[in-house]
Amino acid sequence: MTTFKKWRSRQSAPLLLVAVCLVMMVFLSIETRSFFSWKNVVNILEANSYRLILACGMMCVIASGAIDLSTGSILSFSAICAATVLQAGAPVWAGVLLALVAGTAMGTINGLLIQITRINAFIITLATSFMYRGLSLMVTKGIPITKLPQSFRDFGCGDIFGMESGVTMAFVVIVLLIPAFYFMRWGHYLTSLGGNPEALKRSGVAIGRYRVSAFALMGFLSALAGIIITARLNSAEANAGLNMEMDAICAVIMGGTALHGGSGSLPGTVIAVFLMGLIRNGLTLLSVSSYYQQFVTGAMLLCAVVAAELRERKRRIG
Amino acid sequence: MMNESIILEVQGLTKRFGHIQALDGVSLEVRAGAITAIVGDNGSGKSTLIKILSGNLRPDSGSIHIGNKTCPGLTIPQAISLGIRTVYQDLALDNYKNSVDNIFLGSELMQGPFLNRRAMRREAEKLLADIHVAIPDLTEPVASLSGGQRQGVAIARALRRPGKLLLLDEPTAAMGIQESHSTLEMLAGLRQRGMTQLIVSHNLHQVFALADYVYVMRSGRVIAAAATGDTTAQRLPELILRRESEAEGL
Ligand SMILES: Nc1ncnc2c1ncn2[C@@H]1O[C@H](COP(=O)(O)OP(=O)(O)O)[C@@H](O)[C@H]1O
Ligand SMILES: [Mg+2]
Repeated sequence: MTTFKKWRSRQSAPLLLVAVCLVMMVFLSIETRSFFSWKNVVNILEANSYRLILACGMMCVIASGAIDLSTGSILSFSAICAATVLQAGAPVWAGVLLALVAGTAMGTINGLLIQITRINAFIITLATSFMYRGLSLMVTKGIPITKLPQSFRDFGCGDIFGMESGVTMAFVVIVLLIPAFYFMRWGHYLTSLGGNPEALKRSGVAIGRYRVSAFALMGFLSALAGIIITARLNSAEANAGLNMEMDAICAVIMGGTALHGGSGSLPGTVIAVFLMGLIRNGLTLLSVSSYYQQFVTGAMLLCAVVAAELRERKRRIG
Repeated sequence: MMNESIILEVQGLTKRFGHIQALDGVSLEVRAGAITAIVGDNGSGKSTLIKILSGNLRPDSGSIHIGNKTCPGLTIPQAISLGIRTVYQDLALDNYKNSVDNIFLGSELMQGPFLNRRAMRREAEKLLADIHVAIPDLTEPVASLSGGQRQGVAIARALRRPGKLLLLDEPTAAMGIQESHSTLEMLAGLRQRGMTQLIVSHNLHQVFALADYVYVMRSGRVIAAAATGDTTAQRLPELILRRESEAEGL
């Protein structure tokens, strides 16, 4: 096989997504006037910045053979931590730092629980997702924390390069993750953790450190997404981020990362987030009811996993 | 053979899993530059012994002398730093990664903080050529390789960092005749180059020609030991088949 053919067969999931995206873009630019306007492009980027951040973190967790169902809950509780101290008059940096520390701590707790008990990540993070959401409810008693200081809103959704700051944050996250995941030990060991943890351990690698780091990163990124969302809505509430882990998992799987881990695709994940964003945006521009979005997204995920499964089977036979 | 030095000596190792006594006071020694074989039926405790020597399991009692150190048990990093290299029965390969990545797993060549893939690839080609393993495409995931090639990758990984002792657990168990033959040849080649080996097998005939010393295990105990050059070695096959009580007389 030529190098190009090999590359094509290995990157078939992202390439397929790019093709679907292009078709959608052509269709939308013909059907609607506003699709290719700069304003709409910015709009799509802004609306998907925090989704990108969450999906990239989730890709690392899934590549390591685990899953994190507590993402949305961590997002909510870390944002509430920040909002609470900000309302009490703390400076912006303190609120942001508190949110990031809280998020990282919650993620680390997930990782440690999984590492120590050796219980499935699905079960552990399902439990902690209820607990973290419960903390949010306990602290706020269900009442949203609103009217946050303008300086905090400037940080979370102020203008950088003509776009909300969240876009820059997502960009920085992706730019840092590319070398860490593909070209450094960290990502190399994360994927081996998903591929064969026993092999990694027997090579003398302290695997616990890597498992925990994936969850700590996910917690940190959840908090970052929480800051963006809270700044945009000017409100922190207990049911913020509901089901956002599902959106992230959906994008990761659609992007060609297998649910069992062992390898992961950052480009695929990024493209899948944009595809889902395009669908939302397109349906809005076409004035199709938002009720259809869920159905379309679900159907696309179904197509993506069926295509991936067929590809895998063909490879096994061929 | 007399003046070969002993590089590993274990004494009175015991290991219990619940009510199963997997090892019941195993003592043996491994001489530098020689191939020592451990043979025994399934369940006789061979893999348990290997796992203790490679740091995967801690013995309940007994001691391990290696180099000039004596310890009650090892961790995996300790075993590695003492120069013990292990080829596990299941090979311990990451099926999603390619041959190069598997050979260097845990001991990657780096360039600053980054993986030096080019250097690793060059080195891997050399390692595989040394042990006469032909893998046409080193960038293919190892899941797509044959049993013999996978074994070659696992052995290349064990040889990648200079070591004192190579442990091999059933190196030919999952292989056809052709592949077993070439693997055994590979091990003989390593012996020529002075690599000390401890090979576990349930098939005496396979290792008899290869090994310098043979230990026979049964029910967690060493029931016989012999140098393959000695005349007593001719009695080993029947010993393995005979009942335990009769074996005591040797
Ligand atoms: N992790 C374990 N838990 C319980 N029993 C075990 C475990 N590992 C090995 N055993 C038991 O110990 C005995 C020796 O096993 P093993 O060392 O694998 O034998 P061999 O490699 O010679 O076939 C067997 O009876 C086996 O069932
Ligand atoms: Mg065994």
